Amino acid sequence: MLRVENLTVNYGAINALKGITINVPEKSIITLIGANGAGKTTTLRAISSVVKSAGGSRIYYEDKDITNLPPHKIVEMGLCQVPEGRLIFANLTVKENLDMGAYLRKDKQNLKNDLDFIFNIFPRLKERIKQPGGTLSGGEQQMLAISRALMSKPKLLLLDEPSLGIAPILVRTIFEKIVEINKSLGTTILLVEQNAHFALSVANFGYVLETGNIILEGPAKELEANPEVRKAYLGEA
Amino acid sequence: MKNTKILFLISVVLIFGINLLSDYINSYYYQIIIYAGINIILATSLNLINGYAGQFSLGHAGFMAIGAYLSASISTYFAPSLLSIFGDAVIGKAIWFILVLFIGGVGASIVGVIVGVPSLRLKGDYLAITTLGFGEIIRVVIQNLDIIGASQGFRGIYVYDNGVKSLEMIPELSGITYKFYSIPQYTDFFWAFLVVAIIIFSITNLIRSTYGRGFIAVKDDEIAAEAMGINTTKFKVTAFVLGAFFAGVAGGLYSHFVQYINPEDFNFLRSIEIVVMVILGGMGSTIGVVFAAIILTILPELLRDVQQYRMIIYALLIIIMMLVRPQGLFGIKLQKKKKITPEQPPKATLKD
Repeated sequence: MLRVENLTVNYGAINALKGITINVPEKSIITLIGANGAGKTTTLRAISSVVKSAGGSRIYYEDKDITNLPPHKIVEMGLCQVPEGRLIFANLTVKENLDMGAYLRKDKQNLKNDLDFIFNIFPRLKERIKQPGGTLSGGEQQMLAISRALMSKPKLLLLDEPSLGIAPILVRTIFEKIVEINKSLGTTILLVEQNAHFALSVANFGYVLETGNIILEGPAKELEANPEVRKAYLGEA
Repeated sequence: MKNTKILFLISVVLIFGINLLSDYINSYYYQIIIYAGINIILATSLNLINGYAGQFSLGHAGFMAIGAYLSASISTYFAPSLLSIFGDAVIGKAIWFILVLFIGGVGASIVGVIVGVPSLRLKGDYLAITTLGFGEIIRVVIQNLDIIGASQGFRGIYVYDNGVKSLEMIPELSGITYKFYSIPQYTDFFWAFLVVAIIIFSITNLIRSTYGRGFIAVKDDEIAAEAMGINTTKFKVTAFVLGAFFAGVAGGLYSHFVQYINPEDFNFLRSIEIVVMVILGGMGSTIGVVFAAIILTILPELLRDVQQYRMIIYALLIIIMMLVRPQGLFGIKLQKKKKITPEQPPKATLKD
């Protein structure tokens, strides 16, 4: 569904990504794990074209070249990013945030069903529907950010560190919901995480990113069992 | 939506009714009321750019100047032909006035596009400086355009029977009859506050629509807005152009009221004054900005005896406001995003 080939991104003189290649098959959950500064967020931002990728990089989505297309065009094609750090609209209410997610939708008559689906997954949001986004707790904001992206009916969802700064008890819930979305809607998910344990437990396939290079890849179960990964990311001595 | 429409119609009728009483109002107070109206238009239009869309612009007086000069020069240079087309009756004057106000607004918004497209790529301080520079450029250009009076200011033109048009009387043509066309004083309570009603109505409706929420989304978080498929550049430019249009119209109302315009009327201080109204009223609160515009129009008049201290009082007022009510008079407290810091990166890496 998504093929990233030789993706290179430079921030001025800093070489954030040094030509990585990722393959995301349809209906799968693919994870990209790695430490801070490895280039995980940059990868997602380059895919959704919020940052520009350097020459030689190629990103194909459903066999169409989408490299450096304007971001709103990419969203239109059904590829939606949930930005890192729960970038919700703090001054809009929960409902308005969700409406913004459906901004590009042409089939406005189906919105009601999708809202019901979302409130079914995240009942907490329904309770808070009239509250400004900025007054929600961290976990609720993350739920809102994911739901907002779902409102655009994405075929491919890019999730950037959904566990970041969330109470541990909620992290598990969020990951369970991610699997539920993948199963019931058939949404393909590219998940970027620092929390390797959770990410590998839900994903089919994983990539390990370190300072701009992919140093390991394989089925999630194998990565989880890999002694080096266990040592570096899963806190084993 | 329906309520605002009814409210709009009621206010138009009210404005029309009050306008009939304008002869009974002391002309000094009348002038202040008209200025208040013009300031409301300027402040609410800037509020769309600064408050709702979150793009800090410091060049609003520049757009006002374009509208003022453009409408005034059409009303004078083309006065003979406009008179022959529209006549001297009330309806004719009204069409004429709407036409020149509209052209002034469109002129300002065209310049808004030209300035907005490149400069709205900048953020915060950089954008403020660019727009500030733009405002000054407009003023200096006008100051050097002889056709509209340059630094002498502009109050009308002499049209000689042999077709010569001039800003001043020409001694060589002393034998020929001429007519002086001053900028007509078309702006009255009705026109000024009709535009006030239109701008408040349209901005309120715009912000309540899904499209209008896009402005707030862009302000709240540009990356998230982009991720939602919002074309952020388009939204920023739209806010800028709409704001410029109404500033241009306000300029037209101004020139057709005072009948004499000078580049210094539209200097940097003027822009600051409008920004102050927006900040004092509360960024993103139309009602607050309206009140602030009225207060800041009346206040200098009340302080006339101590006018040299006006700016000090101004500054003090702003400082006190920022300390006591940072969200402005009527502004709702803006939701700040909680700062999220990622956990410490794991020390070990695979290369260890």
